[in-house]
Amino acid sequence: MTSTKSKVLWGIVTVLVAVYALFPVASILATSFKAPSDLTNQKFLPSPGRATTGNYEQILVGDAQGLFLTALRNSIGICLISTFIAVVLATLCAYAIARLDFPGKKLVLTTALAVSIFPVISIVTPLFNLWRSIGLYDTWPGLIIPYLSLTLPISIWTLAAFFRQIPWELEQAAQVDGATTWQAFRKAIVPLAAPGVFTTAIIAFFIAWNDFVYGISLTSTEAARPVPAALAFFTGASQFEAPTGAISAAAIIVTIPVVVLVLAFQRQIVSGLTQGAVKG
Amino acid sequence: MTSAIPARPVSPDLEPDTTPGVGPGGPSDKKATAQYSDRVRAERRLGWILAGPAFIVMLAVTLYPILQAIYESLFQFRLTAPGEREFIGLGNYAVILSDGVWWSALWTTLLITIVTVAVELVLGFALALVMHKALKAVRGPLRTAILVPYGIITVVSAFAWFYAFDINSGYVNSWFAWLPGIDSDLNWFAQGPTALFVIMASEIWKTTPFISLLLLAGLAQVPDELTEAAKVDGATWWEQMRKVIIPNMKAAIMVAVLFRALDAFRIFDNVFIMTNGAYGTEVLSLLAYRQSISRLEIGLGSAVSVLLFLCVLIICFIAIKLFKVDLAGAQGGK
Repeated sequence: MTSTKSKVLWGIVTVLVAVYALFPVASILATSFKAPSDLTNQKFLPSPGRATTGNYEQILVGDAQGLFLTALRNSIGICLISTFIAVVLATLCAYAIARLDFPGKKLVLTTALAVSIFPVISIVTPLFNLWRSIGLYDTWPGLIIPYLSLTLPISIWTLAAFFRQIPWELEQAAQVDGATTWQAFRKAIVPLAAPGVFTTAIIAFFIAWNDFVYGISLTSTEAARPVPAALAFFTGASQFEAPTGAISAAAIIVTIPVVVLVLAFQRQIVSGLTQGAVKG
Repeated sequence: MTSAIPARPVSPDLEPDTTPGVGPGGPSDKKATAQYSDRVRAERRLGWILAGPAFIVMLAVTLYPILQAIYESLFQFRLTAPGEREFIGLGNYAVILSDGVWWSALWTTLLITIVTVAVELVLGFALALVMHKALKAVRGPLRTAILVPYGIITVVSAFAWFYAFDINSGYVNSWFAWLPGIDSDLNWFAQGPTALFVIMASEIWKTTPFISLLLLAGLAQVPDELTEAAKVDGATWWEQMRKVIIPNMKAAIMVAVLFRALDAFRIFDNVFIMTNGAYGTEVLSLLAYRQSISRLEIGLGSAVSVLLFLCVLIICFIAIKLFKVDLAGAQGGK
């Protein structure tokens, strides 16, 4: 029966899902082009002829530049470093879990699970106090360290799942064919493991990029404040002006890398999330 | 879990070679017990050398702080008056548990957790079914669309929903003015129920993709033959769902629900952005934040943090004991 009818049906379903997934993004995108005086037009889109890029100018080259661009730099730097550390540690750990037999393997995995469901706010109070007394408050390392509690557990689970699927016999086969140990590892195993490591890095980065609790609790100035926290501190051009437009523009800018990554690597992200599935 | 590991290399003596610093394994043709146990010992040591750093870091960033919080919760201690630190035993806990603020925050948190997880389960299941059955041509676009909310920062989602409903900058009031109870004067964020509605909508929108991906993995594990057989026997779509598909993916559903419930229980970002806890929307994480970070009441804040942690433990305990959720099976049985 089907073909045309089911094609149309699936077309409609896909459009519905796309509307569900993209509507809030479209909403804030439209808001980001509204002029301050146009914000109260009670409409989805800016009033005709009044759309403006003023909000983007304000945060990229204007008054709010210092606030936003520093926060963006902090976010990118802190999240990349924390992701990098987590992925390196997790690669070693997941290799051992997938390939070696040692007592405590289950303990390591259970700990990763427990850490990933840990209420973040419970760690914040003691860290806040500790960081203030040892000088890590409002610094990059002061966020990179607690971010490991977000990025490390998911990395371990995702990578362990990936590594378990690698046919490690290939390494031996390569050695039988005359490759040295290192060659066998580099030529047979690394190409198989690399996509898993890369996917894990993306997922871990998303989680760090999303953090808000650590960001507002453990920083007080632009020295280390990441974007999500900075958004909550945005103020309007004057005290009588709502920061709505500037926040929307900033929100769109930090959403772009996410959308690009999702578009480019959706297949890998889905398989990473469902195989290692601990926590998104 | 150990049994699920796919075939390891037959001769373990290759392993030490792949990692420098452990030394080459002994001659592999000898099966002497002494040498075998040497190899086992070397493998165990290597295992801990590789897994140890990650393990220690995880403990350092969670176990240590929570122990510190337990210790500090026993003191009356305000950062603004460091000299007046005083041991008061369980006094902070007595103060919190006898205060209506704690209980109302607890109920609000539980309400948000239950409603969002229930809605997400239904919505996520529908999305998972759609992705599972989708024609090849639309599978990619569907997956991409569903992943967008997953990747978006929660704070951004909160602002998007907040601005859409806001009485000044929003368009929801004018769009839905035809519905009873909605007009241009409705301030969604000035009373509890409507504010919670928007908070939950944002939370649901952002986290449903995750739950639907977990359910999709569960769906993929239901053997096709079973559904086919049920179809041949004349089972309706609903009967297939209820008698074949859902029972066969119960484990995946339970794991998804538990993870989302624990995640929803620590909700913070959406509430902070939209109401900052006003009008009866205070949640536990926000209460802890307010005590420690805003008011610098380290003792009280630590006690709230410890109580929040205990709540999470209780939820886990109930899930594992009562509903027999197999967390180790969270890997989708792979």
